[in-house]
Amino acid sequence: LQSLVIKAVFDLLKHSHVHALLISLHWLPIANHVTCNGALYNRPFSESFEETPMLVAVLTYMGYGILTLFGYLRDFLREWKIEKCHVAQEREEQRDFVPLYQDFENFYTRNLYMRIRDSWNRPICSVPGAKMDLVERVSHDYNWTFEYTGKVIKDVINMGSYNYLGFAENMGYCADAAADVTMKYGIGVSSTRQEMGNLDKHEELEMLVAKFLGVEASMVFGMGFATNSMNIPALTGKGCLILSDELNHASLVLGARLSGSTIRVFKHNNMQSLEKLLRDAIVHGQPRTHRPWKKILIVVEGIYSMEGSVVRLPEVIALKKKYKAYLYLDEAHSIGALGPRGRGVLDYFGLDPEDVDVLMGTFTKSFGAAGGYIGGKKELIDYLRAQSHSAVYATSMSSPVAEQIITSMKCIMGEDGTTIGRERIQQLAENTTYFRRRLREMGFIIYGNNDSPVVPVMLYMPAKIGAFGREMLKRNIGVVVVGFPATPIIESRARFCVSAAHTKEMLDVALSAISEVGDLLQMKYSKYRALPSQDWPSDETSYEGTGNQGTRSPM
Amino acid sequence: KMASGQQWVLVEMVQAFYEAPAYHLILEGILILWIIRLLFSKTYKLQERSDLTEKEKEELIEEWQPEPLVPPVSKDHPSLNYDPNTKLNLSIVCGLPTSHKIVVNGKECINFASFNFLGLLDNERVKKRALSSLKKYGVGTCGPRGFYGTFDVHLELEDRLAKFMRTEEAIIYSYGFATIASAIPAYSKRGDIVFVDEAACFAIQKGLQASRSFIKYFKHNDMEDLERLLKDQEVEDQKNPRKARVIRRFIVVEGLYINTGDICPLPELVKLKYRYKVRIFLEESLSFGVLGDHGRGVTEHFGVNIDDIDLISANMENALASIGGFCCGRSFVIDHQRLSGQGYCFSASLPPMLAAAAIEALNIMEEDPEIFTILREKCSCVHRALQGIPGLKVVGESFTPALHLQLETSTGSRDSDMKTLRTIVEYCMNRRVALTQARYLDKEEKFLPPPTIRVVVTVEQTDEEINMAASLIREAALAILK
Repeated sequence: LQSLVIKAVFDLLKHSHVHALLISLHWLPIANHVTCNGALYNRPFSESFEETPMLVAVLTYMGYGILTLFGYLRDFLREWKIEKCHVAQEREEQRDFVPLYQDFENFYTRNLYMRIRDSWNRPICSVPGAKMDLVERVSHDYNWTFEYTGKVIKDVINMGSYNYLGFAENMGYCADAAADVTMKYGIGVSSTRQEMGNLDKHEELEMLVAKFLGVEASMVFGMGFATNSMNIPALTGKGCLILSDELNHASLVLGARLSGSTIRVFKHNNMQSLEKLLRDAIVHGQPRTHRPWKKILIVVEGIYSMEGSVVRLPEVIALKKKYKAYLYLDEAHSIGALGPRGRGVLDYFGLDPEDVDVLMGTFTKSFGAAGGYIGGKKELIDYLRAQSHSAVYATSMSSPVAEQIITSMKCIMGEDGTTIGRERIQQLAENTTYFRRRLREMGFIIYGNNDSPVVPVMLYMPAKIGAFGREMLKRNIGVVVVGFPATPIIESRARFCVSAAHTKEMLDVALSAISEVGDLLQMKYSKYRALPSQDWPSDETSYEGTGNQGTRSPM
Repeated sequence: KMASGQQWVLVEMVQAFYEAPAYHLILEGILILWIIRLLFSKTYKLQERSDLTEKEKEELIEEWQPEPLVPPVSKDHPSLNYDPNTKLNLSIVCGLPTSHKIVVNGKECINFASFNFLGLLDNERVKKRALSSLKKYGVGTCGPRGFYGTFDVHLELEDRLAKFMRTEEAIIYSYGFATIASAIPAYSKRGDIVFVDEAACFAIQKGLQASRSFIKYFKHNDMEDLERLLKDQEVEDQKNPRKARVIRRFIVVEGLYINTGDICPLPELVKLKYRYKVRIFLEESLSFGVLGDHGRGVTEHFGVNIDDIDLISANMENALASIGGFCCGRSFVIDHQRLSGQGYCFSASLPPMLAAAAIEALNIMEEDPEIFTILREKCSCVHRALQGIPGLKVVGESFTPALHLQLETSTGSRDSDMKTLRTIVEYCMNRRVALTQARYLDKEEKFLPPPTIRVVVTVEQTDEEINMAASLIREAALAILK
């Protein structure tokens, strides 16, 4: 915890410093980063990460300070048995063992997370579609335990699931096909791909995925997380260097760590930082021995799920080519959700799939299924078939899940003979633009790319995390809120995932609720409120003037 | 009085200053300047910089050639697709059925390869239950457990598993491999010590690697060796008792070892646990739903109190014939994973239809515990039938459902051993008995097991089929191993 406090203080210092810089530079037109390498982009690339207002930052730290003090007080009371301790206890026979958890380890869980725990793990009992049904639960002991009332909260607008293209469905073309396959093939496989679990369904799916991605071959795996953590170790090893974005997903970090390669981290989506690492790596070679690196693998994501930012792929590819590095692109959130044909971030920028060495993605999100894939050259996939940890040791993918992917993918490609897929892609893009625009007009600070269906709205203060989640649920809207440690300590946020299944009416209902709660919790922090467009009645607290969005990365 | 004393000292100093000779003052002045210089100059050189010029750097960058991303794979690697006219390669399971009878490369075989111990892979009840779940929830969950990825079915399955195993709590993962691989690093951190059996499966090895703890391997199932390591550690602890008070210790073992077919000596392990105060993590992917009168695994088999085991992990992909895995134990232990199990927190949750299938499989196991007796009989039947094949020895307990056939005498090279065994597998496959070699990543395994053919027992295999398969293997061995 001490380190946490120190970090907080350090952050504060750093932050105020940056802020002062910003103020001093404010009269200058802030250069948008797009202009730097504009020639590489075939479309405007606009991303914004508005600075945290100074006052908000100070108040947020104070909030954490008070919570921490309170936590100590309550721990003290629990110690002296004045307050009842709800934490599960070690069994009597093992009291003299080395404690399984250090006391301070769970301080955050016990004293901060417990207060707002009801905003997570909310059980649902329907399709995670545009609307969902929640199992009602109550807590009589301040979230230590939950009790199910037996009631169902019906038709909650779902702004939390990664159902980008609306394929989370229990009827229709995909579900029917999956049902047929269930009865025909059964559920499990009970063997690995290399032993007796290589079904024709897998082969069929892999051919389709390769065609969808526009690559020579592909391989599919039963779990998205494991696709990263079990395949990166097959690609790099000792003497190799992995350059990883600082905000990469836990699975990529784990995979990199398991590979035994050297890992260096560059600033989020910051090309100068990446180029510097690349140059230094090649010029200086491996540490101590100064031998040249065997290979360098750049690992990035398409859409970053907590920031809503889109990778600066054209620049990454230019760098990768210049320095002969390899590129691993994780399209977990972007596949299906970006690009005019739904083929992900490559499609979005109009780039050639050949330029990315390892194309990875998941089926959990846009395809409403489960698992992950890797696509690329035939040599790469042949190698993975032989050497992937997953192919040798993990049970292969369930057939109905594979069928759901096949059918939803065919639908996106228009191979089902309908235009449903294309319409959904278009709908998602429209919904995204509309939703983001309206939130900006209301004066919220939202992060990320204008075209990203992942929309983080900043809450900052710890108390607002719980409050926002609860107030929104009262208004029958399910949202995701995230705080430390998933985000930097002062950048707690709510995250909305726009879906093609959302109708304009649903979005309007959600937006007016967000606005209402935003006023209630005083969350409309933005200094650069966009002028409302014609079709929207002007907000009562409308802020005059338009402003350029502050960009964080060039700083 | 004190003040005046100090004043006096000061006066004396000033006087001494006046009286000192000039050279003395100059010397002292130089010394003071020297000290100041020392204080402000860098005390060391920041590494001898080679200070490359930009041009040299560009040349270095120009010259650097990386290795290819992946080395080429030889065309006859068993994982690559087969050529139907010449030789079998990777078996492709096509069409129907896919359970007891299985169509491999276009031939219907009796399945002695899939871990479908209880024959639930194509059970009608399981399928129907999954289907009705599909009609309600669709296929995917579109999110991790934290963000609307928790379905009522998951809660039900966790509850049922906990009840079935008679533990306080259970937690499910969406991938069998990720279960133990996530559970270990949730508890064991850098600086902690883990004692592991040398034969531990790959998922355990990866979990240990992710934990960054000290790993101490003991010889397979050798309790004396384990005790020796524990004693060594005790001596070590006495040297630094303060440090010893915070080093967590774990023993990680498998119930039935997938790599050897052996059972772990659990009662002895429990004794050691209390003697040396080490926690036990038990991987039961092969023994859950197999051993014990009710299929609760090794603890039931030995009559060990399940509360004495700190954590039990198993996958739901073998006996339960679904997908995913679970951990169970006391809430004090298990609940921690809900925020610290990487594969739990950061992965999409298990598709509800797969969870529903697992629930139905549990129903079947609970309704008819007879099934475990039948399985045990089949196991010993297979074990008996495979004895005495010339050139091949049976590895594994008589009650293990996944046996190994190993060459009695190795040809000397792993490659040629593998080829020999592959010929036997192909011989049987052509005659409608599906077998498989146990596959490993040779370079990744800590202790690479010898090449073997795996024989998997299921309740659906009839005595005739078992005898037929056994005599086929004997025939193959006679023909191939001369």
